[in-house]
Amino acid sequence: MAAPLTLLVIVAVTIRAVLFRSSLAELISERVEVVSPLNSWKRVVEGLALLDLGVSPYSGDVFHETPLTIYLYHFVIDYAEIVCMIADGITAVALYLAVQVYNKNVFRKQKYALEADRYPHDCLELMQTPKELFYVPLKVAMFYLLSPFTILSCVAKSTCGINNAIVALFVLCTIKGSALLSAIFLALATYQSIYPITLFAPALIYLLQRLYIPVNLRRQSFWLFTLQYAFMFVGSLVVIVGLSFFLLGSWDYIPSVYGFILSVPDLTPNIGLFWYFFAEMFEHFRLFFICVFQINVFFYTIPLSIKLKDHPVFLMFMQIAIISIFKSYPTVGDIALYMAFLPVWSHLYRFLRNIFMVSCVLLACSALFPVLWHLWIYAGSANSNFYYAITLLFNVGQVLLVSDYFYAYLRREHHLSHGLYLKKKDGSEATLVLK
Amino acid sequence: MFQDRMGLLSDPNRRRALTNLLTRLNTPICVLCYLAGVAWFMGLAFEPFTLRTYMSENAMGSTMVEERFPAGERALVTAREFGAHKRKSGAMPVDWLVKTMQSRGLEVYTQSFSRRLPFPDENKERYMVRGTNVYGILRAPRAPRTEALVLSAPCSPDNSNNQAVGLLLGLAQYFRSQIYWAKDIIFLVNEHDLIGMQAWLEAYHHTNITGMDWAPLHGRGGSIQAALSLELSSDVVTSLDLVLEGLNGQLPNLDLANLFYTFCQKQDILCTIQEKLQRSDWDSVSGYSQAVQTMALMVLKQASGRPWGDHGLFLRYHIESATIRGINSFRQYKTDTTTVGRLLEGMFRKLNNLLERLHQSYFFYLLPSLSRFVSIGYYMPAFGFLAVILLLRALDLWVQLGALPSVTEDGVGVTDQSSSPSLVSILTPVVISHLTGAALYTLPVLSQELAVQHFPVSETEAVVLTAIAIYTAGLALPHNTHRFMLAEGTEQGWRVLKLVAVLYLAVLLSCTALINFSLGFILALTLVPVAAFVTPHVPKVLSAVVMVLLAPGCTLLYCVFAFQELQEAPVSLIDGWMLFLSVISQGMLDHALYGSLVYPLLALFIYPCWLILWNILFWK
Repeated sequence: MAAPLTLLVIVAVTIRAVLFRSSLAELISERVEVVSPLNSWKRVVEGLALLDLGVSPYSGDVFHETPLTIYLYHFVIDYAEIVCMIADGITAVALYLAVQVYNKNVFRKQKYALEADRYPHDCLELMQTPKELFYVPLKVAMFYLLSPFTILSCVAKSTCGINNAIVALFVLCTIKGSALLSAIFLALATYQSIYPITLFAPALIYLLQRLYIPVNLRRQSFWLFTLQYAFMFVGSLVVIVGLSFFLLGSWDYIPSVYGFILSVPDLTPNIGLFWYFFAEMFEHFRLFFICVFQINVFFYTIPLSIKLKDHPVFLMFMQIAIISIFKSYPTVGDIALYMAFLPVWSHLYRFLRNIFMVSCVLLACSALFPVLWHLWIYAGSANSNFYYAITLLFNVGQVLLVSDYFYAYLRREHHLSHGLYLKKKDGSEATLVLK
Repeated sequence: MFQDRMGLLSDPNRRRALTNLLTRLNTPICVLCYLAGVAWFMGLAFEPFTLRTYMSENAMGSTMVEERFPAGERALVTAREFGAHKRKSGAMPVDWLVKTMQSRGLEVYTQSFSRRLPFPDENKERYMVRGTNVYGILRAPRAPRTEALVLSAPCSPDNSNNQAVGLLLGLAQYFRSQIYWAKDIIFLVNEHDLIGMQAWLEAYHHTNITGMDWAPLHGRGGSIQAALSLELSSDVVTSLDLVLEGLNGQLPNLDLANLFYTFCQKQDILCTIQEKLQRSDWDSVSGYSQAVQTMALMVLKQASGRPWGDHGLFLRYHIESATIRGINSFRQYKTDTTTVGRLLEGMFRKLNNLLERLHQSYFFYLLPSLSRFVSIGYYMPAFGFLAVILLLRALDLWVQLGALPSVTEDGVGVTDQSSSPSLVSILTPVVISHLTGAALYTLPVLSQELAVQHFPVSETEAVVLTAIAIYTAGLALPHNTHRFMLAEGTEQGWRVLKLVAVLYLAVLLSCTALINFSLGFILALTLVPVAAFVTPHVPKVLSAVVMVLLAPGCTLLYCVFAFQELQEAPVSLIDGWMLFLSVISQGMLDHALYGSLVYPLLALFIYPCWLILWNILFWK
């Protein structure tokens, strides 16, 4: 399987290299859908220039990267394009390996369950065959590397690619079962953009499951491991934060990065839900609604963790998707990350209900973004409402997509325990309804 | 309502019922939608369905101005003098213009520019264009000169726009003596019509979009708020025609048209749009037909994506602008230059009152007459009905694709999809079609020299004929595409391909219709039926003929004939064909010179999309 993966990486790198050399690169790096104030390359350059002049990069209101990122770029500024491509490559390979291990586990579990005769007999057709599973990791890598969203994000030299790589490495380490590395990468991801902290729950559940520790609040072993993992996470976070402080010699970056993410002062239009809402709002409601919007991102962790406590990897996917939909400055690069996971759930295809409609909506919206932007900004004939309408539709599409997968996953699990052909009490055929 | 919707999305039984209904009645619903779309469009011109135009801009609506421009006769004398100098020098008399403008008390500057066309323009007989723009700025006495208005008059070697230049100079002299100007007024005489205008605008805004050579401007006013372009070629006029259609089908704010209409009524000038006089008997057949013709002309002009007057290029810079064209026909009632001058004076004084750019009124509209308009909310459903057909067909195909390996809607009872079409068999036609499109876009201009060497044709003919040759060669593609395909095309295969094509077309047309409704609608009228009916199982020869007749190229041909017919200048088949050829070359020139997007859109997207559908017809 290494050969197709290598080929894929070569194709992906070629596409990116060609685009980097074309006149499109400049156009793409200006698009609000692709870069946000958080990860725009222009701002990184500005921050580096300030750093070189001996001024704090966070003076002024332009630069919002973390100190570690700026020091990384300080050394590789001349090879920025290569770094972006390497980051994409790392993400793809990490996801590839992670999914490979995950699928092996799934298949093993399925085999044991079949041998123990735990599934109802009519559920055989729901089983995942090795043939199907074999190509899934490659498809995941392909979905990430060849997705137009990732390509755009990479060509714009958005630092989103690096964040994605960190999250992907975190997923890989978690699935491989290395608690320490998992905690370190989780701390790094959290340090980069706060939101990944919600991935703590799925990672913990996965690691517990791996060690055969039941999720039971009364068990001592559960608390022991939780504390251990939390300690590793907090410890590495403290180390990273402290390191940043020593690199710059000031705490300037805390308000400039995390304050910027949480209080959303920059209302440049993007594909998220924040900008229009807060541009329209009266100032004195702002704090309240910021709290509501931000809590919204974190809130789903609790119910989802309870519902999906036996399926941590799916929970991880759900969390990544929710973050990229509801975060304050989303870009298409974030979307590409969770969409790369979709092939893993391809066995849910038969239970998806709105996939056709949703993919049409997402497709149409992606094409309409630049058109309405043109009409609003250049032609002056449309206005921000047009653009926001598309943003809203795009996000509704994404929410429907994710909830569709959620429903399909639960439905398959239900069938696996209750049989595929459900009967009502009177013997007639029953259908499952989500209410 | 909301719960109901959610129910529809989650309740499998109701979903199944809805899907069944949509698949069973798919064809009748599609036909109905098509008819509804056409009927809706035709209904737009019916007066009770349209809205009366009204002035939305507060700064221009409530204030009164009194027009006092007295010097129409003197303007005509200036015009004759200008004409004499122009004849003598054989080009624009730059020195004379500079001197005259200076004597009128303006700050005068010139700008030279040059441009080599990608291939000779046979309509206007130009290839290497060199020229000079002359403009004078009247500085605003009452405000900090941060804003400006433009009055322009084109001056080409071929047309005699002398009266416009004369009136422009007369107005300059008169405006100079008034004290109420709060915006700079720029009087611009641009040579080589649009090319000169393009050079001036690019220099004014420090942009270079089209790779033209021009000298930078030495004098500049404030940011331009509005512009009027004047075309007069007779001493008296019977009516004034308002031209609104700009580059890529952009239109100025409707308030500018309202302003023109208000002042025409005030000055008692006959005013027209699309050179069609409004009729008062809207309820008669001829009255309605007049309105339909006016609107259809606007749709055709807008769809062409080219600027129909010098104002058309201003719109790209977010400047509201229109061209006012004097028409002299055989009518009894004539308007003299003084009155036209007063009309312009009135319009400029109102524009002078603006506090911000015109933005209150509509930007998306169609005009069946000057006093009536159709806004975007009214005309979009016409396109919507056509677009829904594509979605319905896509849904139908999706259900068929799901049904083939016997899936019930609820996801129970799937057999393994072993016969799913390979990715290659879908991608091959898509890629090859797009390569043909790219060839159609790039080759004609690149290969003109080669063609001229080997065939007895001029450069322009070479370009156009190469384009037509590539277009026609594309029709032979399905035959060759199959050679590349290793596997046999399956039943599933064409369905997937058609699904891709239909969705692609839907997205393409919607985006086009948003930017340029007319273009999107015209393309939808011919392409949607093709996309809806084509399958490999329809009679080959008949369908092939129908498809060719509904292809983008033929659509263009029909549009040429329809346009001539509506302008009451019908042409014979041969003349129509020649006109068709010149329209193609003009389209390419518009793209190269001004950045019109119609040619690339047709060559790179619409034509390949049609080719994919053509491939489906010949699916093996």
